[in-house]
Amino acid sequence: MSGRYLLRRLAQVVPAVAAIVITAFVVIHVAPGDPVLALAGQHGDAAYYALIRAKFGLDRPLPEQLLVYVANVVRGDLGVSYVHGRPVVAVVLERLPATLVLMTAALIVSSIVGITLGVTAARRADRPTDLIVRIAALVGYATPSFWLAQIAALTLALGTGWFPVQGITDARQAWTGWRYAADVIHHLALPTLVLAINELALTTRLVRTGVLEALATDYVRTARAKGLPERSVVRHAFRNALLPVVTVIGGRVGMLFTGAVLVETVFAWPGLGQLLLSSIQTRDVPILLALFLLVSLAVILTNVVTDLAYVWLDPRIRYE
Amino acid sequence: MSSALRTPGGVLGFTLTLLFIALALAAHIVAPTDPFASVGSPLTPPSRAHTFGTDDLGRDVFSGIVHGTRTSLTVAFAVIAIASGLGIAVGAVAGYRGGSVDDVLMRGTEVVQIVPRFFLAVIVIALFGPGLDRVVFVLGLTSWPAIARVVRAETLSLARREFVDAVHALGARTPRILVRHILPNAIPTALVVISLNAASVILLEAGLGFIGLGDPRSISLGYLANNAQRFLRVAWWMTLFPGAAIALAVLGLNLVGDALSELANPRRSGRTA
Repeated sequence: MSGRYLLRRLAQVVPAVAAIVITAFVVIHVAPGDPVLALAGQHGDAAYYALIRAKFGLDRPLPEQLLVYVANVVRGDLGVSYVHGRPVVAVVLERLPATLVLMTAALIVSSIVGITLGVTAARRADRPTDLIVRIAALVGYATPSFWLAQIAALTLALGTGWFPVQGITDARQAWTGWRYAADVIHHLALPTLVLAINELALTTRLVRTGVLEALATDYVRTARAKGLPERSVVRHAFRNALLPVVTVIGGRVGMLFTGAVLVETVFAWPGLGQLLLSSIQTRDVPILLALFLLVSLAVILTNVVTDLAYVWLDPRIRYE
Repeated sequence: MSSALRTPGGVLGFTLTLLFIALALAAHIVAPTDPFASVGSPLTPPSRAHTFGTDDLGRDVFSGIVHGTRTSLTVAFAVIAIASGLGIAVGAVAGYRGGSVDDVLMRGTEVVQIVPRFFLAVIVIALFGPGLDRVVFVLGLTSWPAIARVVRAETLSLARREFVDAVHALGARTPRILVRHILPNAIPTALVVISLNAASVILLEAGLGFIGLGDPRSISLGYLANNAQRFLRVAWWMTLFPGAAIALAVLGLNLVGDALSELANPRRSGRTA
C-alpha cells in the first residue's frame, strides 16, 4: 500500500466531514424558532442564551456563523448541555464506552457465528442445513432489534430468570475484580445477542454467497484437481469470500449504532441510547446534535479503515 | 411470471407484501374501530372480542396494528417515491454523461450515504416537532444513494451497447435515449435496491416510533411497541403482535428483493451451480 494512496484516502475525509457539519448547521438554522434553542437547549435563561449567542456569533451574517460553527466543532466544542450542566462532549464521551463495549461484543459474536454459519451453509448448498440457515438469516435480518430485545427480555430474562432484565451490574451487590467482570458479562449477554442477530444474518448471507461464488472459480477447480482435501479447498475459497464482509462492516456502523441505541433503551444499558432517550425527553438538542456528529464521524473513519483493510487483504487491488 | 419469482421465497415475499398493502388500503374495513378509542377493559389478553388483546387504555391492539401498518407503508411509499426519483435521476445522468459530471455526482452520493439516517431524523423531529411529513422528507432525501449507484452502474454498461449507438445514429437525443431506451433496462436492478430500501425505511420509522418520536396524530407500529415496553411483565400481547407485524412486512419486502435480484441477475443468485 503506497503512502500516496493513504494520503489521498485521508484527504477524501475532509469533504465528507464538512458535508456532515454543514448538514447539522443547516438543520439548526432551517428549524423554526431561534437557533439558540438548538445550540443551548430549551432550559436556559437569558444570560446563558446571550453567552451562547456570542459564542456561536449568532448576530453575525450566516456565512460567518458557519465558519464559527465549523471552528467550534473542529475544536471539539459542541457547547454546554444545560440539562447536565457540563460540556456536551464530556457528557457524550462518558456514555460512549458502554455503547462501544456492546457494539464490539455484538460484532465479535456476529462475525464468528455468521462466518461459521455462512461457510457451513455454502458447503451444504441447497441441502436442509443450508435451507435452515438461509431462512434463519432472512428472519433474523427482518426482525426489528427493539422487538427482539423485548422478546428476549420477556422469555430469557423475565420468563426463565437466566439473565438480568436491565442495567449493567447488579445494584444489590458490590462486586469487585473477577466477580464484577462476570456480573457485567452476565448483563451484557442478552443485549449482545439481540444486537448481534441482525448483523449475524447479514454476515451469514454474504459469506454463503461469497464462498459459493469462490467455489465455482477456476482456482478452486484446479485445487480440487490437484487432489487437495476439501477442507483446504474451502479455506482458499473462504479467504476470498471474506472481502465483501469487510466492506459491509464499514457500511453498517451507522446501522449498528442505531441498533445499539434501540436495544439499550429496552435493557436500560447505560450507554448512548439512554442519553438519546433522556435528551429527547428534555429537548436537549445540543446532545442530539453531538450524537449525530459522533456517529457520522464513526461512519467516515470506519469507511477509511475498511478501505485500507480491503487493499491489505486483497493484493490484486492497487489504488494509484 | 418468471420462474425466479415462483420460488417458495419469491411467492411468500410477494404474498406478504401484497397482503400488507391490501391491509393498509383497507384498514378502515378490516379494523373499523378507531385505534385510539377505548373499546374494552384495559390489558385484557387476546380474546374473541379482541383478537390481539387490549392495551393499558383499553384500546384494541389489532386495530392499532392494522392502522399502524397503514402509517408504516404510507411513510415507506412516500420515502421510496422521493428516493427513487432522486436516485434514478442522479444515477442515470452520472452513468450516461461520465467524466467530471459523474465524479461530482458520485462524490456527492458517497457523502449522502454516510449520513446516519436515524440520528438525523431524531434531530429534525426534535427541532421541528413530530410529524410524518418531516420523517418522509428526511428519509427521502437521505435514502437515494444506493438507488443512484445501481442505476449508474446499469446505465454505464448499457450506454456502451450497440443498440444505444443505433438509436443515437437514428438521431435520438440524450434525454430520449435515457428515458426510452436505457432506464427501462436499468429498472429491474433498481427495483431490487428499492424493495430492500423500503424494508429498511419501515424499520427506521418503527425505530423512531419506538423512542417516542412518532406522529401522535397517527398510530404507528413503533408507538405500539414503545407503549408495550412499560407493560412487558403484564401484557405480552402488546409486545408480541406489533413487532411481529413489522418483522413480517420487512421479511416480505426482503424476499421480494431477493426474488427480483435473482431475476435481474441470475448468475449472482443464491443458487450458484
